[in-house]
Amino acid sequence: MFLAFFLALRVAGVKASLREFLTLQEAMAQGLAGFDVEHFYYLARVTLVKDERFLDKFDAVFAEHFKGVLQPPAEATGEVAPHDIPQEWLEKLAEKLLTEEEKAQIQSLGGFEKLMETLRQRLAEQKERHQGGNKWIGTAGTSPFGAYGYNPEGVRIGQQESRHKSAVKVWDKREFRNLAGDAELGTRNMKVALRRLRRFAREGAAEELDLTGTIRSTARNAGYLDLQMVPERHNAVKLLLLLDIGGSMDEYVHLCEQLFTAASSEFKHLKHLYFHNCPYETLWTDARMRQADAVSTTDVLHTYDHTWKLVIVGDAAMSPYELISAGGAISSWNQESGQVWLKRILDAYPKAVWVNPAPERLWNYTQTTRHIAELMERRMYGLTLEGLDQAMRRLMH
Amino acid sequence: MRFEGTDSFVATEDLKVAVNAAVALQRPLLIKGEPGTGKTVLAQEISKALGKPLISWHVKSTTKAQQGLYEYDAVSRLRDSQLGDARVHDISNYIVKGKLWEAFEAESAPVLLIDEIDKADIEFPNDLLLELDRMEFYVYETRQVVKAKQRPIIVITSNNEKELPDAFLRRCFFHYIKFPDRETMQRIVDVHYPGLSHLLLHEALTSFFELRDLPGLKKRPSTSEFLDWLKLLLAEDIGPELLRERNAAKLIPPLHGALLKNEQDVHLFERIAFLARRG
Repeated sequence: MFLAFFLALRVAGVKASLREFLTLQEAMAQGLAGFDVEHFYYLARVTLVKDERFLDKFDAVFAEHFKGVLQPPAEATGEVAPHDIPQEWLEKLAEKLLTEEEKAQIQSLGGFEKLMETLRQRLAEQKERHQGGNKWIGTAGTSPFGAYGYNPEGVRIGQQESRHKSAVKVWDKREFRNLAGDAELGTRNMKVALRRLRRFAREGAAEELDLTGTIRSTARNAGYLDLQMVPERHNAVKLLLLLDIGGSMDEYVHLCEQLFTAASSEFKHLKHLYFHNCPYETLWTDARMRQADAVSTTDVLHTYDHTWKLVIVGDAAMSPYELISAGGAISSWNQESGQVWLKRILDAYPKAVWVNPAPERLWNYTQTTRHIAELMERRMYGLTLEGLDQAMRRLMH
Repeated sequence: MRFEGTDSFVATEDLKVAVNAAVALQRPLLIKGEPGTGKTVLAQEISKALGKPLISWHVKSTTKAQQGLYEYDAVSRLRDSQLGDARVHDISNYIVKGKLWEAFEAESAPVLLIDEIDKADIEFPNDLLLELDRMEFYVYETRQVVKAKQRPIIVITSNNEKELPDAFLRRCFFHYIKFPDRETMQRIVDVHYPGLSHLLLHEALTSFFELRDLPGLKKRPSTSEFLDWLKLLLAEDIGPELLRERNAAKLIPPLHGALLKNEQDVHLFERIAFLARRG
């Protein structure tokens, strides 16, 4: 049952597994959904969707699929599988709702098949009108069923009329839309991505029981217990963070702020410095970039050795002169071009990545972004969870 | 045995379906949602509604899956052996039972709450796969298999700090508690403060949802914070008139400290209030 729906979900990217599908069957077999569409919707959601980001997709597929099923679409798309199920569905619905006399009346009207057909049309109609934004009103005047009290309001599909109305709305409301897709990056999510960058080492105060050490020293102590402690494990990764600030970076300030917050809480050894557009002979320890905060890039390269990992955050968008020619920098006169400095920095830090907050699809439109990506030997990653994750993997490589 | 909410907890229809499905099929129920939407309370209410004991396992960043099963206290055994304690000969004296063991052993199926599973290490849920699936585990030290007498009802909450592994998710039912709409909120308040004047509630709800809709808030106030705020309003005897004074100087609702927990949010709010006053 509902195999087509399950397949449609998978096509839409809701990765439900066979196991979950079987669970749904089990739940159906136990009668957990009753014959209420709304309950079926909730039940399917609770079994098949395991991440709130997919809830919206699920709603969309559910709406689309059961609309398509109730009234076959004019042109069958390849993805939407045949609609053999609703027949049973409708039959059960009707069986539950119709009394014996009503069934007899149906017979006189031309049989169950005919009723189902009309019911099906009715439902599809309702759907369309609902989408149009109007409240559904039974078309009793034109309905052959009207006289018999079978206008769909009278049939009371789903038993309670008000509930049924809200049932249609539940998935049409698409309440989970804002949870879908590229969820906004919270610092917590970033921390999780940054956690890939962990190399544990023990240093500091001894607080943990060292089991092997204790056994060894107890044995040496003629079996008399001798507890040994070791320091807790800490992340020993050293990270040098170079942040582009000002100009075209302004729109990404919030994003960079988040990255910085996440990084500063995750790494014990973190040094951050600022530059404008492209790093040259001077870097700044403060984002205001005043003369007093300036440090020489050469000094930085000498202070922090190659065991530090380098992360440059910038949109890499600038005038080509700023990158390739001496004196091209907009803030001061640079003796050597930006790319010379960039190369120098990259030589000093073999473990380096460039994290670019600009959307990845725009990178190719900017000449300097392409150029820098080349200089970085394609180690440029987007400032998204996925990009960060890849960048961190690359750094650990 | 169906869960229909309790007199102190308003369960929406989808939540009821989720809980009943989890109970009927004996699968763990994973609950996510904004903080303060009643994830942890849900387990307590299920235990209350179904008349089952509640066992809570609060997970912290240092929690290991093994701790939920049992722990072997080697150090105290070593110490006892040096003191010549007779207990030392039986290793089971040094096995400390964890929450899962406790739940498996209970005579009637309890409700087991695994709270904030995302706080633990990324591998934590994976280490519990088999235990949650088969509801049994093996104790190496005593060579015994602990098997659940009755499968407990397991409720797991997560705040989404870490993604949970797929294999783990496949074994759970999942429910996302969305923020209650105004109607549900009214019911929730009715449950908590039955005697509240209708007018005050109306004004408070209006203020609250207006506040929640404010763009740029870092932490939007949640249901539990709203209830706290109401309690304060009642305690301070602030009437609906005061809440309604939405004009000019009174834009910030009284006692907003209960709703806004973040310095920046309060600043933001004050700035907007200031602009509104000028405009």
